[in-house]
This record gives sequence, C-alpha cells and structure tokens, in this order.
Amino acid sequence: MTPQELRLKRQALQDMVFRGSTRFFAFLVLALLAAIILSLIHGAWPSIQAFGIGFITGSDWNPVTEQFGGWNSIRGTLLSSFIALLIGIPVSFGIAIFLTELSPAWLRRPLGIAIELLAGVPSIIFGMWGLFIFAPWFADNVQPWLTEHTAGIPMIGWLFQGPPMGIGMFTAGLILSVMIIPYIASVMRDVFEVVPPMLKESAYGLGCTTWEVVWNVVLPYTRHGVIGGVMLGLGRALGETMAVTFVIGNSHKAIESLFDPGTSIAATLANEFTEATGTLHTASLINLGLLLFLITFVVLVLSKLLLLKLQRGEGAHS
Amino acid sequence: MTLYFRRRLINSLSLTLSLAAMAFGLFWLLWILYTLFSNGLPGLGTVLFTQTTPAPGSAGGLANAIVGSLAMSAVGVAIGTPIGILAGTYLAEFGERGWLAPATRFINDILLSAPSIVIGLFIYDVYVAQVGHFSGWAGALALSLLVIPVVVRTTENMLRLVPNSMREAAYALGAPQWKMVLQVSLRAAKAGVVTGILLAVARIVGETAPLLFTALNNQFFSNMNEPMANLPVVIFQYAMSPYEDWHTLAWAGALLIGLFVLSLNIIARVLVRPAKSH
Repeated sequence: MTPQELRLKRQALQDMVFRGSTRFFAFLVLALLAAIILSLIHGAWPSIQAFGIGFITGSDWNPVTEQFGGWNSIRGTLLSSFIALLIGIPVSFGIAIFLTELSPAWLRRPLGIAIELLAGVPSIIFGMWGLFIFAPWFADNVQPWLTEHTAGIPMIGWLFQGPPMGIGMFTAGLILSVMIIPYIASVMRDVFEVVPPMLKESAYGLGCTTWEVVWNVVLPYTRHGVIGGVMLGLGRALGETMAVTFVIGNSHKAIESLFDPGTSIAATLANEFTEATGTLHTASLINLGLLLFLITFVVLVLSKLLLLKLQRGEGAHS
Repeated sequence: MTLYFRRRLINSLSLTLSLAAMAFGLFWLLWILYTLFSNGLPGLGTVLFTQTTPAPGSAGGLANAIVGSLAMSAVGVAIGTPIGILAGTYLAEFGERGWLAPATRFINDILLSAPSIVIGLFIYDVYVAQVGHFSGWAGALALSLLVIPVVVRTTENMLRLVPNSMREAAYALGAPQWKMVLQVSLRAAKAGVVTGILLAVARIVGETAPLLFTALNNQFFSNMNEPMANLPVVIFQYAMSPYEDWHTLAWAGALLIGLFVLSLNIIARVLVRPAKSH
C-alpha cells in the first residue's frame, strides 16, 4: 500500500469515529427521555402499587395515616395554568399584533427584546415579587373590589369570594400568566411574520381595516402556529415551580373559590420532598412528578406537532 | 350607524386594546425590575461576597452560596456543553438520512420545555437515592441536563446557517469530514454556539427547582461531595423565613442573579445580531 492509500484509510477511520461519536451523543439525548420516564416509574412504584389509578382521583393527602391521593395538587396545576392561559392568550395576541402591525419599525426590536427579557427573569424573582409586593397590593386594592362587585352575579359570583389574603389560586394563575406571556407572544410574533405580504396586501387592497386583515387573513393562515405557541406556554405554566410555590398558599384542602389557598403538583414537590418521611410518602411525591411529566409531555408533543404542521403548510403555499 | 363607521370603530378599538396589551406586558417587566433594584440595592455590599450565610439575627453574606452556585453551574456547563455540541453537530451535519435525527430533534425540543423540577426528581432517583446523600455533584448533573437541550438547539440552528459552499470548498481541498466540521463548520458558527452556551448559563443560574432535591443547601462552605449551598435555594429559604435580615439578604441575592441573567441575555443578543437580519 502506498503512503497515500494508508493516509486515506486512516482518514476514513477517523471520520467514522467522529461520525459515530456525534451519533452516540444524539442518541444519548433521545435515551435521556426514556431514562427519565423509567426512573420516575421506578421511584413511584410503591405508590402505584398501593393506590393504583385511584391516586389521581383521591383527594386525601395525609402523611400521618399514609393515605395519599393527588387530586388536589393535580387540580391546582390544571386550574392555575387555565387561569394563566385565560389572561395570557388575549394579552399575547395583542402584543403580537402590536409588534407586527402597529409598532414603528425602529421600536420593534427594542420592544421585542424587552418582552423576551421578561421571559429571562428567573422564576424565583417572580416568586419573591409575587409574595412580598404583588400579593399585599392585590389583597388591599383588587380583591375586596372584586368580591364586592361580583357577589350577586350568578355563575361567577362564587369564584371571587373568601377572605382577601393576597396569596391563593388566582394570584398564582395571574403571575403564571405574566410568566408565559413572553413565550406565547414571541411565538405568535414569529408566525405572524411568515404570512406572505402578498396575502395581507391583497386584503388591504380590497379595503380591509388592520383588524380585519389580522382576524380574517393572518390568524387563519397561522392558526396551527398560534395554537402551538399557546400549548408551549401551557407547558411552561404546568411545570413552573418556584413562582407558584411562593404564592399559591400550599394548602391540601379543597378550594371553594379562586381566592382560597391551594397547591399544585410542583409546589407540593418543592415543599414536601426533602422532608418526606417513609418510602410511601416519597414514592407518592415521585408519582405526582410522573403525572406532571406525562401531562406536560402530551401538551408539548401536541404543540410541536401543530408548529410542524404550520411549517409544512408554509412550504405548500409558496 | 353605517357599516363603514362600525368597521372603523372595531378597528380602532382592537388596535387600542393591542396597545394596552403591550403596555400591560412592559408594565410587569418594569414593576419587577423596580422592585428588584429598590429592595436589593440596600443589601449589596462587600460583606455579601466575603461572609457566609448567617444564622437569623447575626450579620453575614452569601459567599458560600455564590461560590456553590458558580461551582455547580461551571461543572454543569462543562458536562453539558460537549454533549450538546456533538449532538447538535450530528443533527445539522450528518442527520439527513435515517430516523435518529428527526426523533432526537423532536425529543430535544420537548426536553427544552420539560419541567425542571422533574429533572431534579430524576437525578434524585438515579444518583442521590443510590449514593444516599445530597451533594454538589448531583446538583451539577441536574443542571447539565438543563444545559444540553439549549446547546443542542442553538448549535444545530447555527450550523445550518453556515453556507454549503464553505463545506464543499473544504472537501474540494481534500479535508476529511471531521476536520471540515471542526475547523470549518463549527468555526464559522462559533459566535452562535457561544451564544447558546451563554443562554444555557443564563437559564441554569436562576434555576431553583432542580437543586432542591439534589444539592439541597449548606450553611457553610463545602466540597462538591456534600450538600452544597447555592444562591437560588438560599434565596428560597430566606424569603420564606420570618426574619427581616434574611429577607434583605434574599433580595440582595435575587438582585445578583437578576443582574447576571439579564446581562447574559443582552450579551447573547449582541453576539448573535450580525447573523439575524430582523
């Protein structure tokens, strides 16, 4: 073999090793997800065996009698995230419209960065601000007013009753909404920007107002992406720990109004895990974590699929 | 009311609401930043960096927590970055065929938004529970799992921006594949990859949830093999406590983290600016 051939052979071997190692690490990322699910099932096994499917619906959480049911935590997670979406979606939509249609060009970038910075604020800072600043202000200025003015209204009157403590389910949802607005708004802005200018200009040419263009042209064109962004925000809200732990009130009781303190899966974990005594308590907490992971997993997969669908649609239109 | 008038009314109403939504978003950012500075500045001082976390009622600083946070973040980044860069390289350079690349890309995006508290539970189950004690290593491992998806995502995106003609030029000169990737593709994408690492650091220094069950906390300086103090968990415990001087320390710590994270975010944006046109 000539030196040339030897060298080519060596290079081919080096290439194979290099490609193989990058492939290995890509596979590692994939395996990580399976490892997380398996280890959570392993950790939660005593609790799964003891309570079975009833763990989800049981609302008894008593470490002393070793009776565990996760419903209060699960409901707290779902309810606080639902409140967050209810407030967050319209606001994010408004911000995205402002950034893509209304704002002068020189303001777009700074305002976009400001909204993204809001996403960068660590959640523990949201939590401290919520507990020390927002909750007292909310209890003094907003809650009494809401309680008074909604008291007689059927259907929604009961939502806003109860003592004005500041902390509680509603406050948690409100702070979550502030935390997810930047995520939803920036996805919405990005998908609004892919709408072909031709479509928008044809609508304007027919005499549409800006709002009519957004509502009848931009939104239908980007609906998959918008829903994907909302689901992404929902995934964030479901798993958020610190901000919620500070303000939700950490009570395992059933709630009678939105102002009552409650708990969420993440808050229960943050509060009790290191102090859990007995394998069944620890296992039940891990069981909650497993449920949280499965819920967010489904939400995130849906969000991903919808966003991918938009990308494919984009290819088909152009 | 004419139709024309009604359409104009709806239009200006909704555009006003959109302006209000923008103001609503900025309002929270400003309120939080204002709170952070007005409460955090009084606690800032050299003591913060020279003394360890105190018992309630006595003076002290956050030195051990700052060192702990830096150490765990550094190890977390040191573990997570190479894995993330290599996996991202595979996705961008070698992933055209087969099922592995699309599947990994999909799963990576899910890991990117997975609840960080679950990552903490995972490390607790596979490391802390097996070894039998909380430790700084466990905290660093949990953080590294948060670094990986961020670095994978940015590395892949940045490598995709590298023009193919550069790759072909390298091949035409007879460069082997590994040399082309390391010395042409990755070098061209360097600023973007560094940005990804900075964003990953910005993400993990403020993370509390995954450290609660892994590094726990410590009142003193400790090595990586013991429970280790770190800023987020110290802030959490001090803020939840009833003591006034602990609250002051917690705010000062929050300001430190906040400033660090915000400046990292801004640096990352400045670095990546030339690559993006809008």
